[in-house]
Amino acid sequence: MIEIENVRKSFGQLEVLKGINLTVQKGEVLTIIGGSGSGKSTLLTCINGLETIDAGRIVVDGTDVHAKATDLNKLRRKLGIVFQQFNAFPHLTVLENVMLAPVKVLGQSKAEAEAMAVKQLTHVGLGDKLKVYPSRMSGGQQQRMAIARALAMSPAYMLFDEVTSALDPQLVGEVLDTLRMLASEGMTMICVTHEMKFAREVSDRVAFFHKGVMAEIAPPEELFGAPKNPELQTFLAATH
Amino acid sequence: MFSYNFHWNQAFKALPQMLDGALVTLQIALLSMAIGLVVALALTLFRLSGNRILNGFATVWVEIARNTPALFQIYMAHFGLGSFGIHLSPYTALLIGIAFNNAGYLAENFRGALKAIPETQTRAGRSLGMTPLQAFRYIVMPQMLRIAFLPATNQMVWAILMTSLGVTVGMNTDLAGVTQALNAVSFRTFEFFALAAVIYYVIAKAVTVLARLAAARMFRY
Ligand SMILES: Nc1ncnc2c1ncn2[C@@H]1O[C@H](COP(=O)(O)OP(=O)(O)O)[C@@H](O)[C@H]1O
Ligand SMILES: [Mg+2]
Repeated sequence: MIEIENVRKSFGQLEVLKGINLTVQKGEVLTIIGGSGSGKSTLLTCINGLETIDAGRIVVDGTDVHAKATDLNKLRRKLGIVFQQFNAFPHLTVLENVMLAPVKVLGQSKAEAEAMAVKQLTHVGLGDKLKVYPSRMSGGQQQRMAIARALAMSPAYMLFDEVTSALDPQLVGEVLDTLRMLASEGMTMICVTHEMKFAREVSDRVAFFHKGVMAEIAPPEELFGAPKNPELQTFLAATH
Repeated sequence: MFSYNFHWNQAFKALPQMLDGALVTLQIALLSMAIGLVVALALTLFRLSGNRILNGFATVWVEIARNTPALFQIYMAHFGLGSFGIHLSPYTALLIGIAFNNAGYLAENFRGALKAIPETQTRAGRSLGMTPLQAFRYIVMPQMLRIAFLPATNQMVWAILMTSLGVTVGMNTDLAGVTQALNAVSFRTFEFFALAAVIYYVIAKAVTVLARLAAARMFRY
């Protein structure tokens, strides 16, 4: 369970998160939508402790992320995150990209890590690309590799930050299909996305962020069917 | 008009001796590069550490290495340390002087290379649970070394040529030292130094070509 309690975060004078309250249950798929600059990415990086917070609390399975005593490197093993930029490690093959953290962070043997990497890469449809360097792959393939790389750590939660936004339109589908597959397998996920159709299909709940505030949160039928918040109404009208 | 008579025989007879000297030259250059590389990596980590003292130390090192004559750096290792009671042999002083210089230049190369590696690479590593040092070691450093590799081979060539400054601190076993000694007893200055220059040239070119080949093999991505 991820519990976000009254979280505030500023960059200098700019308050980016203005008291966010949100709980994500095990097995839930939550999508976050909202305009650019509304604080969506910041929230995700606060959840895995890449960013500090100024007030409030984020608790993951009972561990306070921002407590001094928390070992963030350890906590991050259970929080997979995939970013908009693919962040492939260019000097490593696809297989090596996926094996690196299990070997160096989890201390797995090469054989163990390789078996897991092959499994995850096959799962995302890259079973035939093991020995390829990322520069030889399309953006969609690189992004699926990044997903496999996160999954190889056997995380309990996956955070996705606009993972299709940097892709050519014809490559968006293959990555969304991968996310759909994970959702159907019961992975707990928070997906920041601009893909409204996708959000409608996979989400248990959809949250709308506006200027650092979670302006509305509801199951997709309700949020898309009968939006209450005026900014959400404007936002949805603009995205159709 | 042209009163100098060339006597190449004497120079060619001394060739084996000079080639022995060339081996010493190559050895100093290689060792100084190895030491320089390790120190440059440490200086790079100091600069990235966010610690003001470590960062300052690294900056001062790089500034001195790059903005003072290499000759002075070798002098300092020999006579400078000597005045503090630390007496190094010409070989060690030369090695340390050049390694000091190499470390400064390589650290600056690394700094430039790091600018080409997006911060998001480190973030991706940290997100996978890596410590900052692990992210540097396994993600950033390999990419940095690739970018810095060809500039570093220039430094290797420079290190080979810098070894000739050893004669000023009494070095007499490297190529320049041997040549100088032969010259002192024979006065065939032109022949000996021309031959030495050719040997330096061949070594420097060979290093450059070998480095290109090695780069093509090592960096497949
Ligand atoms: N590291 C940072 N330093 C300063 N400002 C930042 C930083 N990261 C994000 N911001 C600002 O915070 C606001 C929210 O950013 P972000 O969370 O990325 O929004 P979103 O993902 O919803 O587009 C933006 O105005 C952005 O410019
Ligand atoms: Mg964002």
